[in-house]
Amino acid sequence: MTEQSVSGQPVSEQSVSGRRPLGLTPSQTVGPFLSLGLPWPDGGDVVAEGTDGAIRIGGVVRDGAGEVVPDALVETWQADPEGNFDHPDSAERSTFRGFGRCPTDGDGHWEIRTLKPGAVDGQAPHVDVSVFARGLLDRVVTRIYFPDEEAANAADPVLATVPADRRATLVATATAPAELRFDITLRGNDETVFFQV
Amino acid sequence: MTRARPAPFTPPPDGTHPPLDYAAYRSTGLRAPSQPPIVLPHRLTEVTGPLLGAERIGPSDHDLTAQHAGEPIGQRIIVSGRVLDSDGRPVPDTLVEVWQANAAGRYAHARDNWPAPLDPNFTGGGRVVTDSSGNYSFTTIRPGAYPWGNHHNAWRPAHIHFSLFGTAFTQRLVTQMYFPDDPLFDQDPIFNSVPDPKARERMISRFDLDATRAEWALAFRWDIVLRGREQTPFEEPHDD
Repeated sequence: MTEQSVSGQPVSEQSVSGRRPLGLTPSQTVGPFLSLGLPWPDGGDVVAEGTDGAIRIGGVVRDGAGEVVPDALVETWQADPEGNFDHPDSAERSTFRGFGRCPTDGDGHWEIRTLKPGAVDGQAPHVDVSVFARGLLDRVVTRIYFPDEEAANAADPVLATVPADRRATLVATATAPAELRFDITLRGNDETVFFQV
Repeated sequence: MTRARPAPFTPPPDGTHPPLDYAAYRSTGLRAPSQPPIVLPHRLTEVTGPLLGAERIGPSDHDLTAQHAGEPIGQRIIVSGRVLDSDGRPVPDTLVEVWQANAAGRYAHARDNWPAPLDPNFTGGGRVVTDSSGNYSFTTIRPGAYPWGNHHNAWRPAHIHFSLFGTAFTQRLVTQMYFPDDPLFDQDPIFNSVPDPKARERMISRFDLDATRAEWALAFRWDIVLRGREQTPFEEPHDD
């Protein structure tokens, strides 16, 4: 490929062949008006209504004062029920979308309709989650684990790195058949465990 | 079945991303987590991600001046650039989402109610996909600066919000593009939340005379660099 300058980076510091990495573009907050750019009408529909085996996962995002956060966006990424992803790095490529996004409503509530993921790479079934909001200068990342996977959760290498008294914040609660609740507390009492990726 | 685990992504250098706990931006006070994050080594869920592209684009998503019956008020501009990873590899066919205020600095949003006019011909949301070389381009109007309640007489420098996915969960980035020589940078805690001054400069677009269109639009160029993968230390250097 032809070497081109990258705006914002002195040419002397650039090497397209990868010897010296380019400087990353920094993160900035989504601000309060993300609904102009990010939500999709079908964002929460990881699978269509009526799909066999569909489950609903949702909850409320709260701040450090216990108030609901009405201007957040929750995004999810997960494997299909066999543990495969719609991605070339997956051992077998799935056609399952795997991605969900849902802005919180006036009550701080978000929800997706999806399939329960399979075990991945020696880990218990899980969903990776990003939360974006005004007041967050970068996304925060967490994981949803499943309450009916006690043995797999106990053996999960990621949960093992989380202090035992905080692990419960990563396990969803079954509230009805095919319905799970996963609240996210950004700060304070019962603060959700967040990960650095 | 065993399979080589795909390489993880390199950690961002210190000073590149803002700290979550940054008191000068007051909204962080109740929202930034108080506990340090736990390091999540990259496994398959983290090195994969949604490969979103053309299926997410509507017919006028690339031209924010063409989404209504009339033309919006303001200076018409073309914003273009490339999406790359830190190894300089282009990120092709990837979704770029943008949103912004109108020329008067007002967002078409129910919760933005400062006394500047709404523009019936401007909503301020767009989506484009990069081409096979990682290039993106969209047409819009230059957004205005606007006041906000962070501190006395606080004003946000004019900016366009950008959302990028790359090819992996770890590459996800939401950021803001700024305009050159904005006198409001010094007093803006969001811009200055990025610790490294050189990283801050990477959020500023440059005027691009070559991309302007005569008798039609000014142009700004802004390249976006996402995280790259770890190289094995023994890999020989190579030319792409």
